[in-house]
Amino acid sequence: MTREVPGGAPTGAPASPTPLLEMRGIEKYYGPVHALTEVEFAVRAGEVMGLVGDNGAGKSTLIKTISGVGPADAGEIRFAGELVRVRNPQHAAALGVAAVYQDLALCDNLDVVGNLFLNREERRWGRRGLLDEVAMEEQARRLLESLSIGGLPDVRREVATMSGGQRQSVAITRALLGEAKLVILDEPTAALGVVQTEQVLQLVRRLRDRGLGVVLVSHNLADVFTVADRITVLRLGRNAGTFPAEPAFRQEVVAAITGVTGDLAPTGSEDADS
Amino acid sequence: MSALPSQVVAEPSAPSSELPGPRAALRKLGRGELGSLRVLIVLAIIWTVFGIAHDRFLSAVNLTNLTLQIAAVGTISIGVVLVLLLGEIDLSVGAVSGLAGAVMASLSVKAGWPAVPAISAALATGALIGLFQGTVATRLEIPTFVVTLAGLLAWQGALLQVLGKTGTLNLTDPGIVNLANTFYGDAVGWILAVGSIAAICAAALLGRRRRAAAKLPLEPLPALVLRVGAAAAAIVAAMAVLNSDRGVPLALLILVVLVVLFDTIAMRTGFGRHIYAVGGNEEAARRSGIRVNRVRTIVFVLASTLAATGGVLEASRLLAANQSSGGGDLLLLAIAGPVIAGVSLFGGRGRVWGALAGALVIGSISNGMDLLNFESSVKFMVTGGVLLAAVSLDAIARMRRRAHGRL
Repeated sequence: MTREVPGGAPTGAPASPTPLLEMRGIEKYYGPVHALTEVEFAVRAGEVMGLVGDNGAGKSTLIKTISGVGPADAGEIRFAGELVRVRNPQHAAALGVAAVYQDLALCDNLDVVGNLFLNREERRWGRRGLLDEVAMEEQARRLLESLSIGGLPDVRREVATMSGGQRQSVAITRALLGEAKLVILDEPTAALGVVQTEQVLQLVRRLRDRGLGVVLVSHNLADVFTVADRITVLRLGRNAGTFPAEPAFRQEVVAAITGVTGDLAPTGSEDADS
Repeated sequence: MSALPSQVVAEPSAPSSELPGPRAALRKLGRGELGSLRVLIVLAIIWTVFGIAHDRFLSAVNLTNLTLQIAAVGTISIGVVLVLLLGEIDLSVGAVSGLAGAVMASLSVKAGWPAVPAISAALATGALIGLFQGTVATRLEIPTFVVTLAGLLAWQGALLQVLGKTGTLNLTDPGIVNLANTFYGDAVGWILAVGSIAAICAAALLGRRRRAAAKLPLEPLPALVLRVGAAAAAIVAAMAVLNSDRGVPLALLILVVLVVLFDTIAMRTGFGRHIYAVGGNEEAARRSGIRVNRVRTIVFVLASTLAATGGVLEASRLLAANQSSGGGDLLLLAIAGPVIAGVSLFGGRGRVWGALAGALVIGSISNGMDLLNFESSVKFMVTGGVLLAAVSLDAIARMRRRAHGRL
């Protein structure tokens, strides 16, 4: 939405509203491997934050510390201003963090409604009552319509029968049902064709327009520049700068990813702060 | 009684991309989606063949005997279906059923316990075994195949231990014996039939009204009428046959009630949905916050308890528990039945109704071969062949799904 971010600021901590998510000094080890070193990361509500970097840059590791799949070993995480410790996925979900992973994590044998409401099923006659299929189907239809997700022919179809784009849409829509405030999308367009990619990016914009914070992890810089507001670059487990997602910054972003330009030293977040 | 209402209920609205019609139905049949319809066709073929081969096969007496013969294995199969839905396997159900029968017999005959506490103790034995096996498998992350294989051996040993030197315990307590030897007369049978048909109609109409009120797409009326009508016809036909012999067997009622109960749990409760989710994509289930190991452990408790229930019914029918209780081909039949009825060995697909339908198929084959005085050598080979055929059908259905990009 708004873009009053100074170019190349080390972290996305803006003066105006408190960031939805603010991470400082994040450290993560996998055995002897130092996967993340003093990483800082911030996302505001109503903002799409691109998270890019080469293979092994620490993108997946970083989002796992947010989603609770692989909690950080050190560092502080603030969610909506509050200091939190994300210990596991349930905890992250309770905070309002929803992650959509590359492998989608859909149950192929369930229909769209079953997947959308997995583990948050509507029930009749109390919390231990029978499933309220009518209420779930109604909500699912309304939500899909409000997001104008076309090409979902029937919410009662098994997701096994659906195309990659449709499945991605189902996975992202799931995040919305859980009152998510922050949605993490891991390579949402990786396996999609042109039309389906456009549909998914459209959906990402709608999430932002609803006031959600979105983290978009992608290898595809074109997609990131199309839809993101800002871009954070990781390199070798460290910050390599945060940039506005405007065409003018494209070279700098590429340089930060590869670490080849002399302007930006290859390691250390301090250096990006020029 | 009928396995018909199952698959259709799961998809209240016909997929718009596939117009209903004979060709689409055939295609679905090939993909194994209409597993319940397929098993009915198989059953019809078996009944026709044996009906021609032996004039008494389709008599009321024999069909009533058939229901008595399948009560135990059908009950055990309900638990097997739940385990298969998880994508797991429980090889100990046969041994557990034998042990439960022996525990009950021992308490009743040797210790003089009344029927209800003796039966309860047998069921509790099953529940504890399931809890133990489920906990070991989930905590130590051992494949359930191995844990329950160990169980198969261990519980057989426990059975011998419980029976002691005598080897066979003959049951006399009427409370136990009557389980498999009670028949209800015409009046009770017809009241049950009318009551269950009324319940099916009411459920169908109420469900339709709620969907209409919420402006959701409705199942085409002819399909609904056909579905409910077929179920009603099956109930009436079954009741007519049973009533022209000794009446409705209590053991059959127990089986049907358990099937309806667990089908409701599987299809209409959150826990049931989570079973399907774990079987469909364990990682997805875990990420959504489902406590996967808890679901697994509970299912293993249910499976062993149902196996124990089957063991109680079988001991009651045979009026005894002995060293071969729960042995022989019981385990294989309890697993083969649901698979024949379309429950996938790969997890996540199938209905609890498959336990009843599969037991009918397996039981009919066995019953028919007995009538025709087949040698046990032939019986074993035929049963093995049927099991292989069923598993092959499941595997082919899975391959076709994969070929259609729908793993």
